[in-house]
Amino acid sequence: MGIFQRFARLPLKSTYIWSLCPQYSTDLTAVDRALIVRSSNPGAAPPRLPFSRVTREDLAFFRTLLPGRTITDPDLLKSSNVDWLKTVEGNSEVLLRPKTTEEVSQILRHCNERNLAVCPQGGNTGLVGGSVPVFDEIILSTSLMNQVITFDNISGILTCQAGCVLENLSNYLEERDFIMPLDLGAKGSCHIGGNVSTNAGGLRLLRYGSLRGTVLGLEVVLADGRILNCLATLRKDNTGYDLKQLFIGSEGTLGVITAVSILCPRKPKAVNVAFLGCSSFQQLLETFQCCRGMLGEILSAFEFFDASCMSLLEKHLKLTNPITESPFYIVIETAGSNATHDEEKLHKFLEEVMTSSLVTDGTVATEATKIKALWSLRERVTEALTHEGYTYKYDISLPVEKIYDLVQDMRGHLGDMAKNVVGYGHVGDGNLHLNITSPSKDPALLAAIEPYVYEWTSEWKGSISAEHGLGLKKRNYIYYSKPSEAVALMGSIKAMLDPKGILNPYKTLPDNIH
Amino acid sequence: MVSHKSRTGWILLLKFTLSDRGGRVTMSARVLVGVKRVIDYAVKIRVKPDRTGVVTDGVKHSMNPFCEIAVEEAIKLKEKKLVKEVVAVSCGPQQVQETIRTALAMGADRGIHVEVSGKDYETLGPLQVSKIFAALAKKEQADLIILGKQAIDDDCNQTGQMTAALLDWPQGTFASEMTLEADKLKVVREVDGGLETIKIKLPAVVTADLRLNTPRYATLPNIMKAKKKKIANVKPADLGVDVCSRLEVLKVDEPPQRQAGVKVETVDDLVGKLKEAGRV
Repeated sequence: MGIFQRFARLPLKSTYIWSLCPQYSTDLTAVDRALIVRSSNPGAAPPRLPFSRVTREDLAFFRTLLPGRTITDPDLLKSSNVDWLKTVEGNSEVLLRPKTTEEVSQILRHCNERNLAVCPQGGNTGLVGGSVPVFDEIILSTSLMNQVITFDNISGILTCQAGCVLENLSNYLEERDFIMPLDLGAKGSCHIGGNVSTNAGGLRLLRYGSLRGTVLGLEVVLADGRILNCLATLRKDNTGYDLKQLFIGSEGTLGVITAVSILCPRKPKAVNVAFLGCSSFQQLLETFQCCRGMLGEILSAFEFFDASCMSLLEKHLKLTNPITESPFYIVIETAGSNATHDEEKLHKFLEEVMTSSLVTDGTVATEATKIKALWSLRERVTEALTHEGYTYKYDISLPVEKIYDLVQDMRGHLGDMAKNVVGYGHVGDGNLHLNITSPSKDPALLAAIEPYVYEWTSEWKGSISAEHGLGLKKRNYIYYSKPSEAVALMGSIKAMLDPKGILNPYKTLPDNIH
Repeated sequence: MVSHKSRTGWILLLKFTLSDRGGRVTMSARVLVGVKRVIDYAVKIRVKPDRTGVVTDGVKHSMNPFCEIAVEEAIKLKEKKLVKEVVAVSCGPQQVQETIRTALAMGADRGIHVEVSGKDYETLGPLQVSKIFAALAKKEQADLIILGKQAIDDDCNQTGQMTAALLDWPQGTFASEMTLEADKLKVVREVDGGLETIKIKLPAVVTADLRLNTPRYATLPNIMKAKKKKIANVKPADLGVDVCSRLEVLKVDEPPQRQAGVKVETVDDLVGKLKEAGRV
């Protein structure tokens, strides 16, 4: 392929061209840049790798192992072949529903011997195309592995199978006066195994930390069927390398998680939610600092969304704005063991931000119904966006002060090409959810967004995927946030644990790792 | 006898005596709103082990949703300048002051806390409450009483009607719409057959139904203001009301548990089970 033909295929703002302009230089080395742009669409699927195809003998084996739980009906397979956002679709012909770790082990042993690719699937709520097959990978669903194994109400340690739905676990724990350490909008459908595989963040990360701290042990089935039982229920255990950290966030590419033991916090006796309006992002940040100082240990969530999100909520979901219109809205949650103590702190904080005009308006809720109503304003933004057509989602970690600059910059950069450019997210964790919509999928718009948004993020040493993971869509952009030596080492670990590469291929690691 | 068409100056219009009900101008009207503190709508109710009632200790309480709608309607009237003052009233122990404060944060002008506690509070019901409201209406010279149609804890739906009867005032219950026209109130009521529109003369009692309005959130500036508003304390005895109950609760039980369904693997199994149950 000639040099001119190669250049002609690249989108205008590719890194090749940018590398000639000094003012756009980033910290990426020339080698890294070369590694990033190999095709004109790094997010699209690569060609099918030479895995075997499913034969009648394979089906007979599965049907003997999992009677009634080997699904081949195309109608039933349809929903498992498409992701929640309806942006990627595979064509798997087999869906397996094991109930036990032993069954998972036998499935993987067989697939490894036969060189059959497998796509582990939990609740299928992932946003980067990591939970659905790309081609004809066998779908390994955890939906029937939904048993709680043990719960110790002194230590708060819960052990359960990987297919437990997060909301069900929350309900189970709430009856026993505990809660899950994570909470996300997808809680009604997502499985805890999937949450751990993607190191999900969510709304409570500010208070309880990430899964890397709260997960105490894992039971994982490796690519060749070996069962790795590291299901410790110990708070402290410094004996050897901490293998579970490898699997947390590995997006199903190093092993299939079959059971989780997790440390759960006590259910707070008093929960309050304040919904505030700010007239500028700078004031929002100052409110955050004030909040941290005055609310301290009772703060459990600090989320924001902008006025564009509010108008979408009002337009598509008919939700009402509880306060006067403002450019920015904040949702603050406090959780503690003493209602009087928390309310006093919260009211002092609110008085302070109101009198110093950091906040222009707000409301407070202490009752469950009102709390749910205020939270739904933040939690349903994703849903409201789906009504606007095609959504381009970016989950970025940035230094907190820079978060909204990216949204404003994108607005200017895209101009009329995009219908909406909205920003919302876990501002307390420095995590922005940048969403751009157009009435239908628009390659020109995509070309204008990517790689501009990744370059921008990389310039400020941010992460191109704060909590959503890389999956299919972002695998080739890994170099924007990780140096090439790190990615090469990841490749070595993958090759060691899954030499045939059957576990969730085409995901997480870039195509050039092979 | 004061005529609202008097030429001696509108100052006279502000003086009313209780005996004079005709030709009252509503511009200076006072509205009493009853607000009840109940277990929050979203909380799972548990029956006490001794089956004498439900567990209330440590359980989240909030304002009865229909009372919120009543408060909202009263505030709306005040914003339209059709009434002058909104007074929020609640009967119960110290904790009901929170509920009154919420009403003040929504825009009520002042509150009245009728102190009832202990055994008296446990047995407090619509008859005693309506006697209290009737007495307060006379004392405060109220022109309009707005209540929620019922409380979500006892579902009695009696207080509004009893209050109107004790005062011999007209009543517009299950209101889904109310409009003040001079000294008459047009009320659209939700009844089994549909909607009924009535016109009643003030003073009157109205009970709020679900679709009357959507209660506002209490915003921070109003919450701050509410801290300075007054809540007066009154005892039922001061109003000449005996809160002794004529009813005795014998026992409280949970509703029968719903049996779990049975899941079948195939259509044949389903047909088999239906045949077993004699349904097919």
